[in-house]
Amino acid sequence: MTTRQMQAHPAGEHEAAAAIQHGDSGMPTALLGMLLFIASEVMFFGGLFATYFNARATTPGAWGPPEGAHELDIALAGALTAILIASSFTMQFGVWAVRRGDTGKLKMWTGITLALGVLFLMGQIYDYSQLGFGIADGVFGTTFYTLTGFHGAHVFGGAVGLTIILARAVRGQFSARNHVAVEAVSMYWHFVDVVWVAVFSTIYLLR
Amino acid sequence: MATTTLEPRASTYRRSWVLEWLTTVDHKKIGILYIVNSFLFFFAAGILALLIRSELAIPGIQFLDQATYNQAFTMHGTIMLFLFIIPALSGFGNYIVPLQLGAPDMAFPRINALSFWLLPLGGLLIFSGYLFGGAAAEGWTGYAPLTNRAEGVGTDLWIVGLTLVGTASILGAVNFIATIFKMRAPGMTLFRMPIFVWTVLVTAVLILLATPVLTAGLIALFIDRNYGGSFFDPSVGGNPVLWQHIFWFFGHPEVYIVILPAMGVVSEILPVFSRKPLFGYRAFVFATIAIGLLSFSVWAHHMFTTGSVLLPFFSFMTALIAIPTGIKMFNWLATLWRGKLILATPMLFALGFLSMFLIGGISGVMLASPPIDFHVQDTYFVVAHLHYVFFGGSVFGVFAAMYYWFPKMTGRKLNEPLGKIHFWIHFIGFNLAFFPMHQLGLDGMPRRISDYSADAGWTLLNMVSTVGAFMIAVSIIPFLINVVATFINGEPAGDDPWEGNTLEWATSSPPPAYNFDRLPPIHSERPLFYLTHGHGHSAERPDDLERDAEDDPERRDGLA
Repeated sequence: MTTRQMQAHPAGEHEAAAAIQHGDSGMPTALLGMLLFIASEVMFFGGLFATYFNARATTPGAWGPPEGAHELDIALAGALTAILIASSFTMQFGVWAVRRGDTGKLKMWTGITLALGVLFLMGQIYDYSQLGFGIADGVFGTTFYTLTGFHGAHVFGGAVGLTIILARAVRGQFSARNHVAVEAVSMYWHFVDVVWVAVFSTIYLLR
Repeated sequence: MATTTLEPRASTYRRSWVLEWLTTVDHKKIGILYIVNSFLFFFAAGILALLIRSELAIPGIQFLDQATYNQAFTMHGTIMLFLFIIPALSGFGNYIVPLQLGAPDMAFPRINALSFWLLPLGGLLIFSGYLFGGAAAEGWTGYAPLTNRAEGVGTDLWIVGLTLVGTASILGAVNFIATIFKMRAPGMTLFRMPIFVWTVLVTAVLILLATPVLTAGLIALFIDRNYGGSFFDPSVGGNPVLWQHIFWFFGHPEVYIVILPAMGVVSEILPVFSRKPLFGYRAFVFATIAIGLLSFSVWAHHMFTTGSVLLPFFSFMTALIAIPTGIKMFNWLATLWRGKLILATPMLFALGFLSMFLIGGISGVMLASPPIDFHVQDTYFVVAHLHYVFFGGSVFGVFAAMYYWFPKMTGRKLNEPLGKIHFWIHFIGFNLAFFPMHQLGLDGMPRRISDYSADAGWTLLNMVSTVGAFMIAVSIIPFLINVVATFINGEPAGDDPWEGNTLEWATSSPPPAYNFDRLPPIHSERPLFYLTHGHGHSAERPDDLERDAEDDPERRDGLA
């Protein structure tokens, strides 16, 4: 009989799923799921950026921190940007390592990426403590803290993902053939970095 | 023979049915949970509708004061849209899409369970405002700065609940898209997918891209209300029109999120009950995609009277949507043309959808024209329009789907005479309730008021509308009796009671946990039709499937 006939039953669900996907050589389903989720996240940040640009376009007078507060610390923000961009590279080195099957290097690079992410978050908290204005201080304060805060929350989410990857790598759960979770978390991490580049350019450079 | 022998008992074990339903990751059980949950919220929001209509039946304040009335219409709109129509259609999508694709389950079964369980949680949060000093009362659109300044936690619970429901929708959309792109059976190419799957796919893309924008807006509103933010309140430098932009950037695609799957349901039913293939399959697919694309460029037609949007652009784009919608209408009519019509209950509801949605579509094109819109903005004309689209369109689609797929889900066919009684009371009641609202709107009756003057001349039409609303409520009684009685002791349906075209009818009713013992060859968008009617490239005899099913008593009994 032909291969068109197939059977699915609980014990062989993996084989059944494989049979159903036959002829479909694309990305793994989990990775597609992550990409779709990232698409929705792009729209979420799109909404937040829209509020920022709308506020900037409709607010009369100077655009920036309220009177009496400190100016934005562009040097610190620039350093944080460099840290986050560097972390994208270290993440990718980890992905390339696990694709070669080098799980030792995967652990090392994931650990470095996680450390850079935590460093970024600490730097952001320090920055917040020095600014001298809050979320309730005018339209600039509201949009500034909402954009950077939600980005920071996403960095935190990415750091949780990296911690899980690191723990699973330590337990030896990844190999050259089986590491879709590493790919998915790395995609998310790159996305979070790209959002920061957009946030930094919008808030600090497009003054 | 490339197949292996089947041992269904090998991996089943007993546990309590409560635990089974609470922890299930089976797309069919989750689909049923979606549908049951949706109908519970439908009844709650329906009672609110009856309260609203009772208050408006005659002039004067009868038993709802203005604050309670505001809460009633806000909860009615929010719950009906976000916790009835969308989840009900998602429920049918959950149940039917994997079956129509020949897949064993959704792509991410556990995420599927998560997206369901967020729904009752979000819905109860929205409703729980009633326990804490009053529910949200600013309308389902939550316009700022009214929402900014509303007292009490009801509005905050509304925001948090909607955010959860939105998250559930987004996760569900990811799941549907991944399922449709990765889980299709061999031979099931994109252009052989049933139209219902196509509409669910486009709907999922709209949810994926539109809902996060609402989430961003809801979060901004929450920050405004609780942390002293100034996004939307002009007294602290915010911009209230910005809320309208964000809300409707989500809100207009949302209209198509609500209607497209219902169009898909109707496109499944009309060919089966006309004994003809769907006319113009590809045109229908492209029209669906076109509606999805256009839906992102029309949001500001809800904002003509703000004076801050480009009228010609949004009016033109809105009118353009009539073209793909018109193509669909012609497809449906041409499918019926010279068909051998079988007027069973699913078909009646599908025909009800065609006629009622047509009226809603025409009043929609009228509203797309700024000179008309300026006059009827915020009147009952708009209320009439949206109910003809949401109720006459989507809810008729939900009931059509219920009567059509109930035999697949339970193995028992809903009673036809009771179904027809339901349809006719429902159809007449619907038109009595909502058609007079067109005239009331043209007469100038504003929406969202709890009282009107006896001198305004609106009393008769309001009374007619209230009678219609109660007729709709009465029509639900035969429906409920039908569902319960059929569930207990209904006529066995068999695997394929309607002689369907698509793969869900190729398995038992209800299907086993793993969906299919074997799939028929798929050479067209109607694989089952060619299997059962021995036409075209069919390699197997039609009785192959029958014999297999009869050999397996456990499947026959619908235990799975």
